Amino acid sequence: MDKILSASDVYDRMMSCPHYSGAVAIVLRFEVYYRMQFLSYLINGISLGSVYALIALGYTMVYGIAKMLNFAHGDVIMIGSYVVFFTFGSFGWNPAVAIILSMIVCTVLGVLVERVAYRPLREAPSLAVLITAIGVSYLLQQVAQLLWTSNPKSFPSVVANSSIFKPLQLFNGQLTISAETIVTILACIVIMVALLYFINHTPAGHAMQAVSEDRGAAQLMGVNVNATISLTFAIGSALAAVAGALLCSSYPTLQPTTGAMPGIKAFVAAVFGGIGSIPGAFLGGVLLGVIENLSKAYISTQLSDAIVFLVLIVVLLVKPTGLLGKKVNVKV
Amino acid sequence: MFRLKNMRKSTKSNLVTFGIVIGFYIVIQILSALGLLTSSLSGQLVPICSYVILAVSLNLTVGILGELSLGHAGFMSVGAFSGTIVWTTLYGQVPNWLGLLLSFVVGGVVAGLFGFIVGVPVLRLSGDYLAIVTLAFGEIIKNVMNACYLGYDSTGLHLSFKDAASMNMDPTGTMIINGAMGITGIKKASTFTIGIVLVILTLLVILNLINSRAGRAIESIRDNEIAARSVGINITKYKLMAFITSAVFAGIAGVLYSLNYSSLVAKKFDYNTSILILVFVVLGGIGNIRGSVIAAALLTVLPELLRAVNDYRMLIYAIVLIVVMIFSQSPQVVAWRKRILDGIRSRMKPGPKAKEVQ
Amino acid sequence: MKKLISAALASAMVLSLAACGSTGSSESTSAATTGDSAATAEASATDGTTPIKLGGIGPTTGSAASYGIAVMQGEQLAVDEINAAAGHTVFEFKFEDDEHDAEKSMNAYNTLKDWGMQALLGPVTSTPSLSVAGETVNDNMFMLTPSASAVDVVETGDNVFQMCFTDPNQGIVSADYIAEKGLGTKIGVIYDSSDAYSMGIYNAFAEEATAKGLEVVTAVSFTSDNKSDLSTQVAKCQEAGADLVFLPIYYNEASQILIAADKVGYKPTFFGCDGMDGILTIEGFDTSLAEGLMLLCPFSATATDETTQKFVSAYEAAYNETPIQFAADAYDCVYAIYECVQNGSINGDMSASDMCDALKAQFTTMTFNGTTGEGQTWSADGTVNKPPRVYVVTDGAYQTAE
Repeated sequence: MDKILSASDVYDRMMSCPHYSGAVAIVLRFEVYYRMQFLSYLINGISLGSVYALIALGYTMVYGIAKMLNFAHGDVIMIGSYVVFFTFGSFGWNPAVAIILSMIVCTVLGVLVERVAYRPLREAPSLAVLITAIGVSYLLQQVAQLLWTSNPKSFPSVVANSSIFKPLQLFNGQLTISAETIVTILACIVIMVALLYFINHTPAGHAMQAVSEDRGAAQLMGVNVNATISLTFAIGSALAAVAGALLCSSYPTLQPTTGAMPGIKAFVAAVFGGIGSIPGAFLGGVLLGVIENLSKAYISTQLSDAIVFLVLIVVLLVKPTGLLGKKVNVKV
Repeated sequence: MFRLKNMRKSTKSNLVTFGIVIGFYIVIQILSALGLLTSSLSGQLVPICSYVILAVSLNLTVGILGELSLGHAGFMSVGAFSGTIVWTTLYGQVPNWLGLLLSFVVGGVVAGLFGFIVGVPVLRLSGDYLAIVTLAFGEIIKNVMNACYLGYDSTGLHLSFKDAASMNMDPTGTMIINGAMGITGIKKASTFTIGIVLVILTLLVILNLINSRAGRAIESIRDNEIAARSVGINITKYKLMAFITSAVFAGIAGVLYSLNYSSLVAKKFDYNTSILILVFVVLGGIGNIRGSVIAAALLTVLPELLRAVNDYRMLIYAIVLIVVMIFSQSPQVVAWRKRILDGIRSRMKPGPKAKEVQ
Repeated sequence: MKKLISAALASAMVLSLAACGSTGSSESTSAATTGDSAATAEASATDGTTPIKLGGIGPTTGSAASYGIAVMQGEQLAVDEINAAAGHTVFEFKFEDDEHDAEKSMNAYNTLKDWGMQALLGPVTSTPSLSVAGETVNDNMFMLTPSASAVDVVETGDNVFQMCFTDPNQGIVSADYIAEKGLGTKIGVIYDSSDAYSMGIYNAFAEEATAKGLEVVTAVSFTSDNKSDLSTQVAKCQEAGADLVFLPIYYNEASQILIAADKVGYKPTFFGCDGMDGILTIEGFDTSLAEGLMLLCPFSATATDETTQKFVSAYEAAYNETPIQFAADAYDCVYAIYECVQNGSINGDMSASDMCDALKAQFTTMTFNGTTGEGQTWSADGTVNKPPRVYVVTDGAYQTAE
């Protein structure tokens, strides 16, 4: 399809068509064209949304168990991306090895940050931890700038030359779903299922649930709270490494500030779906991406963020704990 | 002397706060008269005042009402834009003092109005959900102001949310808000004296509110909402009262801030600014108004002092933030600090207790 | 305990005030920041010429840091070269960070004033420049910005000059060039609506394009918050059938657009402005995607003239990276001032205000040859006149377009 048909174009062509059937064909073409266009925006939205979802899984995991907003999550993603950039992009390692190394680096970083900056504040007001997390976020950005300069780097896609994952062509090539999107969605689903299984069916997962439910009681029952929270941060940070590699594969600019905005958006996505809920994070992320891209396409590219945040407010007013969040009864 | 002794404890504490502010003003005036004031410090005086107002007003929401708000910069933004529009359009048409007064009033009122509009639905939420909604509000304001084109010509006002061309304005018309460029060519009006007067006004209103019947009602909501409701306190009314008062002063601070520079852009009022103000509040002590005043002033000056280390400036700022937070808030560190201090104290004064140990 | 904390905080405040009050502390820092240029400062006292104190402002941290750092390096390189060539300290140089924020930029300006700055080469970005320019007018401080291209910046006062083209100028010249050469019949634009630079070019371009009879089929924008995904903007241009896409944005976002367009197999002509320079040197970027990209830019690192060659090799030796247009403009700024030193119109013993008046007179009458163009002159309003050059990327390098 080479040209957009305006409504008047369609009318003119219909009038000039000798046969009734020709007119119908044009109308159908017009219909199909716009539906196709809508689908392509939708796919862009899902692609962005799956990246948000992947980041939001890490956010919601840490929030659900440690009950803290880890504002530095986005910056852990950035650090992970740099590790992949240098190992895979510059040294040409196997992408899977690069991502595993990045997961190790991020896990160590996440546990270290938790040990040094967050654990001393475990009993302090939650605001104190929030501010510390922001401090950690600034710190990671500054360290990244000192180590790797602020010059933007173009990130090579980790699935570009993969033999397993290929872009998916639909409708005779009119629609393309990129390999990155397919991998991101698959990764989201696998991680989501694995997390749900881990939390519901393993002893460590049960310990996490107990800590999340009532930290004091869990401790009395013999759960090692510190170890459990460290494990949570380790898992959350490893997920951040995967998210970083896939975020930068889809949207290939890497700078020390790369993680900040997707981090905030993913946080919104996690709240949107009901923070603490793992399927909620997935749903919230995908919906957020779709809303953002459809408002860019059909309403305004300038106001797309305003629309996203407005939808968030409306959803929270109707369902104060997010789409899939648990309702918590306050006891006197 | 006699009277001072009989004064209520809170009144005495408030007087100390006012004393610090006025003392700061006098010190600066003396330095200025002696020619010892550097341009660097004198350039920061107005921002310091506006950050102090912001921190004190946010402390009302966070410390006294006990609700976390991450959108304080949003109120600052609407106040700054509305006040600045009043100031630039009235400039030269009315006496300057009147124009200035009107812009502060309008800035405060508009921000208060937004506080009401946001507060009514949003205050039903609490905790982190309220925090995220206020953050969303601040981001909406930023995005809308960034895309806003406003101007007037002989045919009236023109407004667009797309670009300057779609306003259909006469070329001779005057542009008021030019999208991402914001408002330019603002005649500077803010001075340190105006700033200090506004700081004192803010302190007067907010400290009085805290120590009034209404203030105690607000604190009771913070401590236990259900208990407060059960004794017949109108939760919505008092929550809104605190939230709107907080917004009004954020708006006034926004006007003070924007009239200190010749241009105003919406980008300034993003979540980073909201968080910066929150840092002042938490570092100064949640609910501690005097702490907010001191922390806001100190933390505004700190990054400037760190210019000496140039490349590592923001790195050190981040480390200071984390270390101070752990040092002042961690229960273990606080206990450890107390032990050390007690140890020093007992060593300095070898009183009977120390002898007994021997 | 609370009392103790507040006492400690209060005393810390007094201490910090004291630190602010002593100009000595900021003076001593110049040695650390400017390295060798300050180290040679003492030597200069012996041969009788007082060094001129040049200040620079720009973002060296935060999202715009790559532009600020390029400017800082360009200015520092020029200062070092001049000092080395003269054998004594002609310029002392100090660069302050403004995080791309007006408030911080004013603080940086005031800090430089306390240091004794006599002329300002900055700020780098437009929004901070607007605030600082207002203050330089009050102080009668000469301000030459390497890269703040908003027209409002020079309009602030007659002491404010630009080394780069103004935004409207770039928009108009681009539209004229596209119309004249017939590069495209249907034009799409992708711009950054949250950035003053991009918006300034876009507004002038849209107006001029209409006047020249070009058909702008779509103009879509992004903001600094939603720029991680630009595929929808590319799809909009593709769908509108644009055969030329005008990109008045910086190279960083442009590289993302080129990659997104490549993914969906969309191949229009891309046309950018001076912010596009740097796209070929992004680490990891596949330069074959930029094949055929055109850009209106006064500087090319691969140009063969002697001035540019000398600058590029010196810059690469000093910083181990290829200079972008930001660095070149900054380098030229210092040399333009140096020309005024050489013809004797300014010297280090002048006050900032006298120097400003002398430089104003010089800049409006002199002709300057630099890395960003031969025969540059300045109008009384502070805008620069130099011939625009259009390059096209061929085989991963700039070639002058005919």
